[in-house]
Amino acid sequence: MDWLNAILQGTLLGGLYAMFAAGLSLIFGVMRLVNIAHGDLIVLSAYLALTVAVGLGLNPMLALVIVVPLMAAIGYALQRLVLNRTMGDDILPPLLVTFGLSVIIQNALLTVYTADPQKLNAGAIETASVPLGPLTVGIMPVIVFAAAVGVIGLLQWMFYHTALGRAFRATSDRQDIAQLMGLNRAHVFGLAMAICLAVTALAGVFLGMRTSFDPAVGGTRLIFGFEAVIIGGLGNLWGTLAGGVILGVAQTVGAKIHPGFQILAGHIVFLLILAVRPRGLFPRMD
Amino acid sequence: MQTVSRSTPLSRAAMTVLLLIVVLMAAAPYWAGRAELRLLGEVFLYLSLATLWNLLAGYAGLVSVGQQAFVGLGGYGFFAATMLWGLSPLAALPIVFVLGAVISAPVAVLIFRLRGAYFAIGTWVVAEVFRLSFAQVAALGGGSGSSLPSAIVKQLAEGRDQREAVAYWLALGVAVAVVGAVFLLLRSRQGVALTAIRDNELAAKSLGIDIWRTKFTVYVATAALTSLVGALIFLQKLRISPDAAFSANDWTAFVIFIVVIGGIGTVEGPIIGTLVFFALRETLADLGTTYLIALGAVAIIIMLRAPKGLWGLVRGKRGLELFPLSRRVMGQGD
Repeated sequence: MDWLNAILQGTLLGGLYAMFAAGLSLIFGVMRLVNIAHGDLIVLSAYLALTVAVGLGLNPMLALVIVVPLMAAIGYALQRLVLNRTMGDDILPPLLVTFGLSVIIQNALLTVYTADPQKLNAGAIETASVPLGPLTVGIMPVIVFAAAVGVIGLLQWMFYHTALGRAFRATSDRQDIAQLMGLNRAHVFGLAMAICLAVTALAGVFLGMRTSFDPAVGGTRLIFGFEAVIIGGLGNLWGTLAGGVILGVAQTVGAKIHPGFQILAGHIVFLLILAVRPRGLFPRMD
Repeated sequence: MQTVSRSTPLSRAAMTVLLLIVVLMAAAPYWAGRAELRLLGEVFLYLSLATLWNLLAGYAGLVSVGQQAFVGLGGYGFFAATMLWGLSPLAALPIVFVLGAVISAPVAVLIFRLRGAYFAIGTWVVAEVFRLSFAQVAALGGGSGSSLPSAIVKQLAEGRDQREAVAYWLALGVAVAVVGAVFLLLRSRQGVALTAIRDNELAAKSLGIDIWRTKFTVYVATAALTSLVGALIFLQKLRISPDAAFSANDWTAFVIFIVVIGGIGTVEGPIIGTLVFFALRETLADLGTTYLIALGAVAIIIMLRAPKGLWGLVRGKRGLELFPLSRRVMGQGD
């Protein structure tokens, strides 16, 4: 029964990882950008929610109303002012610029919030749980998982049923032709990053409610998100959710075997899948 | 009658000056104080790391953000070889070099499946796997690490001054060897292939260059040398822990900043970047996080405004070279 419980908890944890990954998956799909600062932006969102929640005395869930649009605005500005200048065939400039950004965010957070671990206090809902057969599931992990499914469903719908999604897909296929057809590439990229960081904000707040965080944890979140994307297969959002779940289950089962193996087990499963299925489990694009 | 010349008056002068500097540096234990000697040793180790990362990212297009995997592997390999297997420090160094090469080969086969930016994060995962694995090795102190016993340190030399001098000479030696090896590699046939890959991978491939094999060779050679540098870093520190050995900040972020600021894809860039980095560090390090924020900002501005770095600015359109690499066709009049 313990093992079943580990699998259940891992699945729910996977929802959080899928949310880390959804933003990465989106911007890679639209503009082939891999943002090294992605994890640090997740942590930044958590800190912004902390400031809003403490400052205004709000529940962190309500702080989302402020943090999500704020992060989206930051994303749009970041893309238009900085990242668009790095876009091109050479992968080095975006990689190194986002790497510099990662160091800046981490150290800025250290300056403002110190290295002390923080946590978002969501109240009684944090510890509430419901029995499920012989097992018990926490309400909070279920909410996070449902939110992940919702976010991915929404992104999927946006991609295939809206004008914006059409613009994203067109730019993804051929940037120059999309530009000729009247799409402003710089603006489309800005919107993609805005949506990415809106999802990131959601992920950051849920991260902050589930566990404690400090300015240095961004790198690991980036890695988890990245592993979920690769396990699931590039360009497939539902695959990313599956990737997150596989990673989450690998970690909780690993922790069950030996507490020191938790994170390691996740990485090893990722490397194994990379060895056996280099394009991930459900790839949609090269 | 036309001839091909590789050196220029400038490069000949630069090589002479460089030789003089190396001789002067080799004599440093006789003229420098203990603190300066430690600083110089650190400068040479960073210079080696930067030169190696530049070969990897600037020439082979393998942008790794996980070279700390091999710095840490080298450090731990060195501690294991001396503490557990009873080798003398000097005998352990070649073992560490081989260890780096042997471990990096299967790693390369695996992560070469990831392309471009995803390769970068893949290297980071590998570094994390190494860090978490070494934290499980109880014989090497587990998560809290261990110190090099003084009996082993004393095998290097009897007195403290002599020991520090030996550690310094090893650092200087590895820096000269790394820069020299990269320079000779780039002058060779493989170097031309590598430069072709740097400039245009598709064109290089169509000329019959085996891209995968060239990159694989560069990755493994770089990993072996990075492991060796890692061994020397922790010989200087005398203490190792998983977090220090596999620190992404110390062994990757700083190294990337050095190369980007100096000028990526040139032999001169990492040297200039190392000098600038240490000049900044020695004057501004008291600022702590502000210093790191400034360093990140400088790297971003350079990447956006002058992607060829400081050396690119100096070099300009005239193609100045201190290390004679390119070929010039000389007419009869020259």
